[in-house]
Amino acid sequence: MKKKFKLSLDSNVKWKDISPGGVITEAGNANDFRTGDWRSIKPVWIEEKCKQCMLCPPVCPDSSIPVDADGKRTDFDYDHCKGCGICAEVCPFKAIEMKDN
Amino acid sequence: MSKRDRLSGNEAVAVAMRQINPDVVAAFPITPSTEVPQYFASFVADGKVDTEFVPVESEHSAMSACIGAQAAGARTMTATSANGLALMWEMLYIAASLKLPITLAAVNRALSGPININNDHSDTMGARDSGWIQLYGENNQEAYDNFIQAVRIGEHPDVMLPVMDCYDGFITSHAVENIELLEDDEVKKFVGEYNPGEYLLNRDNPISVGPLDGVPHYFEHKRLQTEAMRNAKRVILEVAAEFEKLTGRKYGLFEEYMMEDAEYAIVVLNSTAGTAKEAVKQLRAQGIKAGLVKIRVFRPFPVEEIAKALSGLKAVAVLDKCDGFNAAGGPLFTEVTSAMYGRADGIKAINYIYGLGGRDVRVEDITSVYKRLEEIVKTGNIGEVHNYLGVRE
Repeated sequence: MKKKFKLSLDSNVKWKDISPGGVITEAGNANDFRTGDWRSIKPVWIEEKCKQCMLCPPVCPDSSIPVDADGKRTDFDYDHCKGCGICAEVCPFKAIEMKDN
Repeated sequence: MSKRDRLSGNEAVAVAMRQINPDVVAAFPITPSTEVPQYFASFVADGKVDTEFVPVESEHSAMSACIGAQAAGARTMTATSANGLALMWEMLYIAASLKLPITLAAVNRALSGPININNDHSDTMGARDSGWIQLYGENNQEAYDNFIQAVRIGEHPDVMLPVMDCYDGFITSHAVENIELLEDDEVKKFVGEYNPGEYLLNRDNPISVGPLDGVPHYFEHKRLQTEAMRNAKRVILEVAAEFEKLTGRKYGLFEEYMMEDAEYAIVVLNSTAGTAKEAVKQLRAQGIKAGLVKIRVFRPFPVEEIAKALSGLKAVAVLDKCDGFNAAGGPLFTEVTSAMYGRADGIKAINYIYGLGGRDVRVEDITSVYKRLEEIVKTGNIGEVHNYLGVRE
């Protein structure tokens, strides 16, 4: 009989229910891991300066610049943005500013 | 139907490996365990098994390859000794914490330095807290029988831990003895198919193995490991009962030899038990009520059962073929006496470190320990607790 184990990312999981050996059985669960709280500085999107040149979304290491159905970037995903600042660095229009978190 | 043969301990374990026909064997040679993968490599070359044999470049790689293979869903085995085991150290803990039931023939040899290739137990005693189950065997038959049972014990769903089959280098590994082997199909039937719950090669259910385990989860995983070790005690006895039905050979957590009415006893591991049994026989002929406890299962340690077995004694000596360097007693001694605390109080207990680096231990050496116990009971004076047997004073 195979036991169903709780997702390893549940911080309240009791030892009897935790996945043996720390095996992760669900795919794509990085989405549930809020890395945003690691951040000390954050990028701020200045929409009026943004030309939608789309240089920033592909350089984000945490896929935290969502792109909508029209192919336009939207506001940052602060649940996962670690505040590395690469997006601000590549922006040719100073449309992203790094500020205190 | 069993068949009689005469084999060295290493040969017997290699035969067990052939009969099990594991999916993967990854090994690096080191005396005195070298012959196990050597014999096994010939079985591979002769087409007697369909195992993937991985001749790696070090023991660290051997254990790493075993971990990868076992995580992929393969039944995996290896063999090593002494410094080879030490080089596996980091990976031993990872194998256990990932709950991968790898089987390892651990052929006991002194851990350098100074450099020494002969038998003592400093290698596996050093790995005693790595999370592996440890079985110890007195002779070739027990090394063979324990290896077959190890597969079933480790792979049990309530356990899922790696297992070491420990036996004495040269004394057991290289000496040829009469042995009763099982038929190949009996072994295959006994061990059955390995059915891991989650495994990497299952493309219908992809998993991640070995991710970072932070503050919120590491402790719970360690607690789970302890539970598996606790379960192992029951499973070891269940597997032993089934093995006895098949072979008639009885195994427990430890063997009690002439313990029913014993007043003095020795606790010992591996081949020295054979020497000690001869000493017990001679002492019994002189009317001295000597007994012997030979530990088979060191991890998990049979705490309650050992305390009960020793509770009727007047005095006990624990023999360690390894010094623990706590400057107070060897590892077996500290385990046995802590088991006795609150369960078998008031029994005089002393420790002898013996046989380091292959120093021979004779029947008269063992007899002298029993005589010392008699003296302690007669005088009431325990004297030195941490003693050395056979070192030149």
